Amino acid sequence: MYFGLSETQQTIKKSAREFFTAECPIAEVRRLMETETAFDDKLWKKFAEQGWTGIIFPEKYDGFGLGLFDMAVAMEEMGRALIPGPFISTVLVAGTILEKAGTEEQKTKYLGAICRGEAKSTLALLEKSADWDPEAVKLEAKKEAGKYTLTGEKLFVADARGADFILVAIRAEGELSVLIVPAKEKGITITLMPGIDLTRRLYSVKFDNVSVPAENLLPKAKEAIEAAHDVACVGLTAEMVGGMQRLLDLTVEYAKTRKQFGKPIGTFQAVQHQCADMLFLLEGARSAACYAAWALGENEPDAKSAVSVAKAYASEGYRDAGNHAIQVQGGMGFTWENDAHLYYRRAKASETAFGDATFHRERIAKILIDGN
Amino acid sequence: MDLNLNPEETKFRDELAAWLKANVPADWETRRLRDTMHERFQFLRVWQKKVYEAGWAGVAWPKEYGGRGATLMEQVIFTQEMAKAGAPPLANVLGLALIGPTIINYGTPAQKKRYLANILSGDEIWCQGFSEPNAGSDLAGLRTEARLEGDHYIVNGQKIWNSYGWAADWCALVTRSDPGSQKHKGLSYLLVDMKSPGVEVRPLRQLTGESEFTELFFRDVKVPAENVLGTAGDGWNVALGTLAHERATLGFGAQIAMRKQLDRLVGISRDLGKTNDPLVRQKLAQSYVENEVVRLNHMRAVSKIIQTGAPGPEGSILKLGWSEANQRFQLLAQEILGPYGQITGGDEAIDNGAFTYSYLRTRGNTIEAGTSEVQRNIIGQHVLGLPKSY
Repeated sequence: MYFGLSETQQTIKKSAREFFTAECPIAEVRRLMETETAFDDKLWKKFAEQGWTGIIFPEKYDGFGLGLFDMAVAMEEMGRALIPGPFISTVLVAGTILEKAGTEEQKTKYLGAICRGEAKSTLALLEKSADWDPEAVKLEAKKEAGKYTLTGEKLFVADARGADFILVAIRAEGELSVLIVPAKEKGITITLMPGIDLTRRLYSVKFDNVSVPAENLLPKAKEAIEAAHDVACVGLTAEMVGGMQRLLDLTVEYAKTRKQFGKPIGTFQAVQHQCADMLFLLEGARSAACYAAWALGENEPDAKSAVSVAKAYASEGYRDAGNHAIQVQGGMGFTWENDAHLYYRRAKASETAFGDATFHRERIAKILIDGN
Repeated sequence: MDLNLNPEETKFRDELAAWLKANVPADWETRRLRDTMHERFQFLRVWQKKVYEAGWAGVAWPKEYGGRGATLMEQVIFTQEMAKAGAPPLANVLGLALIGPTIINYGTPAQKKRYLANILSGDEIWCQGFSEPNAGSDLAGLRTEARLEGDHYIVNGQKIWNSYGWAADWCALVTRSDPGSQKHKGLSYLLVDMKSPGVEVRPLRQLTGESEFTELFFRDVKVPAENVLGTAGDGWNVALGTLAHERATLGFGAQIAMRKQLDRLVGISRDLGKTNDPLVRQKLAQSYVENEVVRLNHMRAVSKIIQTGAPGPEGSILKLGWSEANQRFQLLAQEILGPYGQITGGDEAIDNGAFTYSYLRTRGNTIEAGTSEVQRNIIGQHVLGLPKSY
């Protein structure tokens, strides 16, 4: 038995850390978060040059052909560095949906473009009900004269501005499907939904009689959406682990240096125990995230519950670690200049994304209690 | 990452599982709650003999001392399979897990020859004399005195919280043999015959109503000088030597026991018509999440020990994890059982009051083997490197 990183994965981790800290230090994150999309195409090009944009996809689509665990290793480093941008929405979500439900032609065209870093994308899933269950989708696409026409609205669409094409979850003849819609198509209005996470943007996307060719349909896409969500949860929980690690490091460093009553505040057990609890949450989240990545990658029988265990645990753990980080750093932890709030904001957005702890516990309950 | 068992491990697991299936006494679950403590212990002695004769006692011990020379992973499998099979614990648990391995590490050839075989067979039961009324978490403050007089020590003092003290034939006793010494220095680890004149055993009744533990009183007890284990004055290191490995493997037993109780609680929830209640569903699922995290933390820790050969202070994370998760789980069980949760016997008691018992017993989980507060101190000071607070 070996529970940990292989030598190759340690190399991936090392090169990811070097790359992300060099190309996007926290000062750059702070600069980007003040821009319109909180992201910059120069950085995406560099992502692509490193192979990150095609990391888990087959080489025949210009992917890098690595496994989910390898991806998770890199994601942890992205989370540690608080890398902004549409990696999860483009690569993990859109890429996986195309890989699972796309025709050969669609894969070559769209997945290939993602892998090469030429296109960015996202999934428009949620509607007014804000339900992560794909079955909640109501938006219908009407088919006429070889085209699908859309009128309606999607909400909480991550990274929609900047996307070259949007995968829209719709009903086609009642069947849950996905429509590939170029973002510049006439009739599309993309509006910022100002959010707590300053490093990733959410948008509403309005469709007013938007028509796309029938060949843009990925029919019967429910399984593909669910698969993409599982992949996204694996990547996201690894990213959350990286963020928790950074929060812990910042907090422990502060507790060792900040003096009150003539001693470093880390001398006091009330402070020590908060730091210990942060490590406790981090280590649990890391174990669960590793296992989820492995189990999903290996198609283990308990992969689905493993993913939900990891997402449920990390969702609450990252938030709680953020609470401790701010509390231990006291007044300094409450300032804009301190990085704690940037991670704390990311933690909140990550908690919600692809289902919060409550959502994933219900998924577990279905397996544990109902046996399905 | 590779969580699959290798062929040898699979063979080990299959052989053990088959043996347990054929040999685990079917009435243990009911006897566990119904029998008196002494009846139960007698039962466990018989069980250990059976395990010993089949060659499964002391799996971790080297073959030359009668063990199975199991790898760490096989020890994990042993703990897991025992828990999965609902097998009773072995009577001489402290001798097998802690004192035997310490004798193997530090004992003279004569000591090994004298003690080890009887620990394995359960013919001699061992207890530990570590804690004292004024030396609990701060074990270095212990005061039980061992004064060397010619070829023997004269021991005076009091010990407390001795698991199985009432059943023990021998006691692994940590004493202060250098009267002027402070803290961890000047301690000696003595092997004391419990039948020696001057040894008094008093049961210590705990809040569950049982007396798992005792208080031990030593009044001018003569202990031959040859019964020092390791070097006189080096007792602290001898006592600590084997603790950490155990923590990593034993937690698996707690995890599986909790998981079995969770599965049972799901069944009870169904019987009580509560499985459609979203709150109950959420809480049961949360227990599953926490149980999985305990399991995975242990697997990662064991893997690390296999790689590096040494358990670290991270063991405190494991201890915190299972003990606190178990307490939260018992609170949930009480909530779901409702009024049944308080019933300890009679026809209406659910599972003979098993959940009521564990509700009370698990209060001890965050105290025994290092309190949660001490575990958090260790994490803060030894893992994260924060300044010492004491």
